[in-house]
Amino acid sequence: MMSHWIIAPVVLPAVIAPLIVLMMRNDLTLQRVFGLASTLALAAIAAALLIASSHNPPEIYLLGNWPAPFGIVLMLDRLSAMMLMLTALLAIAVQLYVISTNWDARGRHFHALFLFQMMGINGAFLTGDAFNLFVFFEVLLIASYGLMIHGAGKDRLRAGVQYIAFNLIASTLFLFALATIYAVTGTLNMADIAVKVAALPEGDAALIRVAAVLMLSVFAIKGALVPLQFWLPGTYANAPGPVAALFAIMTKVGAYAILRTTTLIFPPETAATGGMIADIMLPAALVTLAIGSIGILGATTLPRLAAFSGIASMGTIFTAFAAFTPEATSAALYYLLHSTLATAAVFLIADLVTDRRGNGTLTAQPRIAQQGLIAALFFANAIALAGMPPLSGFIGKLMVLDALRADAALIWTVILVSSFLMVLGFGRAGSTLFWKSHATGEAAEPHHSPEPMAFAAIGGLLAGLVLLTIFAGPVKDWLDATAAALHAPAAYIGANNLPGVN
Amino acid sequence: MEALIAIAIGTLTAGGIYLMLRQRTFPVIIGLTLLSYAVNVFIFAAGRLVPGLPAIIAKDAAGYTDPLPQALVLTAIVISFGMTAVIVLMALGSWLESGHDKVDMDDEKDEQETRA
Repeated sequence: MMSHWIIAPVVLPAVIAPLIVLMMRNDLTLQRVFGLASTLALAAIAAALLIASSHNPPEIYLLGNWPAPFGIVLMLDRLSAMMLMLTALLAIAVQLYVISTNWDARGRHFHALFLFQMMGINGAFLTGDAFNLFVFFEVLLIASYGLMIHGAGKDRLRAGVQYIAFNLIASTLFLFALATIYAVTGTLNMADIAVKVAALPEGDAALIRVAAVLMLSVFAIKGALVPLQFWLPGTYANAPGPVAALFAIMTKVGAYAILRTTTLIFPPETAATGGMIADIMLPAALVTLAIGSIGILGATTLPRLAAFSGIASMGTIFTAFAAFTPEATSAALYYLLHSTLATAAVFLIADLVTDRRGNGTLTAQPRIAQQGLIAALFFANAIALAGMPPLSGFIGKLMVLDALRADAALIWTVILVSSFLMVLGFGRAGSTLFWKSHATGEAAEPHHSPEPMAFAAIGGLLAGLVLLTIFAGPVKDWLDATAAALHAPAAYIGANNLPGVN
Repeated sequence: MEALIAIAIGTLTAGGIYLMLRQRTFPVIIGLTLLSYAVNVFIFAAGRLVPGLPAIIAKDAAGYTDPLPQALVLTAIVISFGMTAVIVLMALGSWLESGHDKVDMDDEKDEQETRA
C-alpha cells in the first residue's frame, strides 16, 4: 500500500507559496497566517511520517507510478522522517521569531520564499533519485538567495553575490559528478547506483572514484567542511538573523547527503572506493572543528561568532561520520539534532542583540533593553554549544567520544581542546556583551518593544535541547536503530523493487 | 569525435575557471556561464556519442541513442539559465548599492586604494 502522504511535505509548500505570491501580495497578516499554518501542517505531517517510519521498513513513492529505476522515486526511511521533523520544528521557531520582530516587513515575499525553501529542503531529504536531489538542491538554493538578501543593504547584496557564485560552482560540480556516475553505471536511482557500484568491473573503478570525490566536495561545500567552508561566515553573518537560523538546517542538508551517499552508494566495503572517503573526511572534519572553535575565539562580531559555532558543530558531526560505524553514526545524528537547534538559537539571540545595539560588534556598549533575559538565554545556549553539562551538547559530545575510542589519541584531543576554546570564546563574548556594559556607566537604551513571541521562539529551541537531554535514552535507542538501518541498506534497496535484484 | 568533444569541454572549463578567478563580477558571471556550457556538453556525452541515431522510437531505426542525458541537459540548461539571471540581477543591485563591482568583501582595503 503506497501512502500518498510521503509527497505531502513537497506538495503543500509548493501549492501555498505561489498562492501567497499571487493572492496575498499586499496583505502581510494573511501571509503570516498562511505561512505559519503551512509550517504547522508540515510539522503534523512530519510527525505522522516519523511515527509511520519507526514502525515500517523504508517506503517508496513512485512519481507517476513509473517503476524504479526508470521513474523518479521518493523514499521515506527513519533518517528522512527525522530530518523532516527537525526542519519543521526549526521552521516554526524561525517563523514565530520573524513575525514577532517584523523581519518579514523589511522586504517583500518573505513567507513565499520561506515556503519554497521548505519545499526544497523537504524534497532533498525525501528523494531517492540522484538527479532529483540536484533539482531539489537548486529549489532550496534559489529560495535561499531571495531570503539571504531579504531587507537588502550594501554588504548583504555583496555577500549575496559571493554566495550565489559559490553555489553555482557547486551546482556545476554536482552535474559533473552526476554525469560521470551516469556514464559509468547507466542509472540515477540511488538504490540502483548502489547495486551497480558494488558490482563494478575493475576498469571503471577510477571513474567512479572521481565521481565519488566530486560528489563529496559538492556536499562538503553545503556542509561547510574544510577547505570548502570559507563561504559560510561571510554569508551567514550578513544574512538576516532569522534566515541564518533557518540556514542552520542547510548545512545539515549537506551532512544528510554525505551520510546517505556514503552509507548507501560508497560504503567502506565497496571495492572501488574502499576506505578512501574516510581517509579524506576525518582530517578535513578535525580541521573544520579546529577552525570553528578558533573562529569562535577570534570573532569580532556576534553574527560571525554564531557562524563559526555552526562550522564547529559540523566538524564534530563529520568526525563521527568518518568512523563509518553504526555507533558513531548514531552519536553523530544525536549531535546533529542538538546542534541544529542550538546553532539556530545562537543566530536568533545574535539578532536580538544586534537589533537592540544597532551593531553586532563584540565591544562593551551601553546596556540594552531586556538585557538580563537575553544574557540568560545566551548563557544557556553557550553551555549547550560548547558541550558543557548539563545540556544535550555534553551528552552528544560524550556519545561521539565514546564511539570514537579506537582513535582516541588524536580525535579526543582535538574535540576536547576545541571544546575548551569554545568555552573561552563564548565566555569572552558573553562577558564583553553583558557584563562590561555595566561598567560603561551610560544610560540604558530607552525603549524597545518587548517582542514576547521572539523570546518564546528562542525559548522553544532551548526547550528542545532540554527535552533532548531528558529523553536522551529513548532518542538514542531510536537513533541506534536508524544508524543500524543506514549501515545495512538492504531494506532500503529492496523497497525499490529493482528488476534483477532480490 | 570523442577527442573533439573532450577538447571542447576542456577548453570551456579552463576558460570558465580562469574567468571565475577574476575580481570583478562581470568576468565571474561569464566564467560561470562557460562552465555551465561545459557541463551541459559533458552530460550529453555521458550517454555515449553516436551520430545519426534517433532518441525516440522510430519504425525503421537501426539503433537508438540514450535519450535520458538529453532530458537531463534540458533540465540543467533551464536551471543554470535561471541561476545566471538571478546572479546578474544581484550583481547589478550590488553594483548600484556599493558603487563598484568587486567580488571580494575587503572594504577597508578598497577605501585605502581609493584614497591613495
